Amino acid sequence: MNSNQQYYHSVRLDTDKCKGCINCIKGCPTEAIRVRDGKAKIIKERCIDCGECIRSCPYQAKSAVTERLDDIFNYRYKIAIPAPTLYGQFNNLKDINLILTGLKYLGFDDVYEVAKATEIITDYTKKLLKEGKLQRPVINSACPAVIRLITVRFPNLINNILPVISPMEAAAKVARKEAVRKTGLRPSEIGVFFISPCAAKATSVRSPLGTLAPLVDGVLSIKEVYLKLLPILGKIEKVEDLSTCAFAGVRWAGAGGEADALGIEKYVAVDGIDNVVKLLEEVEDDEKLDVDFIEALGCTGGCVGGPLTVENTFVAKTKIKKLAETLKRKGQRPVVIPLSEEELRWDTPITYRNVLNLDDDILVAMQKMETMQDIYEKLPHLDCGSCGAPSCKALSEDIVRGYSTETDCIYKLREKVRELARQMVELEEEMPGSFKSDNREY
Amino acid sequence: MSEKAISLHYEIDGNNFTVAGQASSSIKKVLKQLGVAPEVIRKVAISMYEGEINTIIHGKGGVADVTISSESIIIVFKDNGPGIPDIEKAMQSGFSTASDEARELGFGAGMGLPNMKKYSDNMTIESEVGKGTTVTLTVNLQ
Repeated sequence: MNSNQQYYHSVRLDTDKCKGCINCIKGCPTEAIRVRDGKAKIIKERCIDCGECIRSCPYQAKSAVTERLDDIFNYRYKIAIPAPTLYGQFNNLKDINLILTGLKYLGFDDVYEVAKATEIITDYTKKLLKEGKLQRPVINSACPAVIRLITVRFPNLINNILPVISPMEAAAKVARKEAVRKTGLRPSEIGVFFISPCAAKATSVRSPLGTLAPLVDGVLSIKEVYLKLLPILGKIEKVEDLSTCAFAGVRWAGAGGEADALGIEKYVAVDGIDNVVKLLEEVEDDEKLDVDFIEALGCTGGCVGGPLTVENTFVAKTKIKKLAETLKRKGQRPVVIPLSEEELRWDTPITYRNVLNLDDDILVAMQKMETMQDIYEKLPHLDCGSCGAPSCKALSEDIVRGYSTETDCIYKLREKVRELARQMVELEEEMPGSFKSDNREY
Repeated sequence: MSEKAISLHYEIDGNNFTVAGQASSSIKKVLKQLGVAPEVIRKVAISMYEGEINTIIHGKGGVADVTISSESIIIVFKDNGPGIPDIEKAMQSGFSTASDEARELGFGAGMGLPNMKKYSDNMTIESEVGKGTTVTLTVNLQ
């Protein structure tokens, strides 16, 4: 097994709260969870940080590790880069400036909107699509859970991913640059914090994809920031004019927002990790799929459905739509691209990680596959999950890998117990003569 | 070296278009578990998918048998459909029996068999009108 460092994950388990039920193992899109010793365990190399388990746990035992608001004070100059999803958490929000000013009340020196950075990404993506050098269909790179999903499950689609940094990363680059210019501080004295709906973003800050060094210093969950902002919002005396984003950037919070901003004809927007898996399977198989761009987002509804949000996904979606319409009436400020193409592109290639292979030697792998098929045939095919694996197939795989035994299956165990009981009855009949009667007269 | 082989069998329901791609998805996972290179998986995935669709649309359903050895992957699609009267013609890119309306909807581009040939290392077709068709594809493993 690989070291923990190679596979940092933000998703954590509170072992006191975990009941060892099987809700999370069933919903995991990469079959990365097993229940062992009464607790859910994550197989590190398989986890893609999508946050499905955080959502599906009925006991709130799963959470994503993020920084806390207090952590921002470790930096001399503190910048908040809020995801547009943050704006969808509040009722009747008419002016984004209220939220941004509120963030400054919480201790930030400046704010830079990720919604603004989406404009930079959209412009650059349009240019790349027009050049036509990318492998069709181009898959968006904004959702880190989708990128991680592709690296473990869709090796043939890695070259389809848009090789461009995410809006969060672009926002961090611009914000830090501007702050260095404004304050004269060293880049390391500036703390850039993403206000996040997303568990996978919390991971990508420590263990980035496509970039060598992390560009963001920390991630704060919308949940935490929302609670801290609420009591402040009513007390703000002077709302500062800080917001520079336009309606198109705000719409990125919901599924289809990125594709809408690109204004292309042949696109597919898909949201929810299971739907993403189904679509990508088809993209991998179907040569004739006539699509230029795929916007794939791991959470249902898009980022508004992120596990670190407060508001109901669909309510938030409506609020974002309303806000975008208000902004549309105001018109768009011109897009200034303060980053070079080199700064917008990935500096590190993304590679396939085969987390499924049974053995490096194909002959051994085939032997194991055969054994696996034999084991699977004997299992009940109920996929009940009581063994701690998500399906009978997964259990047969675990047995072959040496992590489980056949009697982990409660049906198999029952069969064995029955067999044992039958043998006991049989033995009982085999009592020595001194214990039973015969037909003779004595 | 090639004596060891994994056999997989798939039933392809001719009345259910929504199952198209299931066999392909399943075989892709098996190949990943065996550590087969992504380029080979891609060839198999596309061939398998096209074959599944052909078996549903033209063959009215059938079976697919896949044999994986350490040297190759052999896929045999067998149906009891109407058969192909002129195999040579069916193999031409763009040849299609689909109506213009179906083409408008994105079906019947006439690339099914040509794609299967393109993405496999060997392909043979045996067909008898009124009896059915057997397509055998080989993808080399290396």
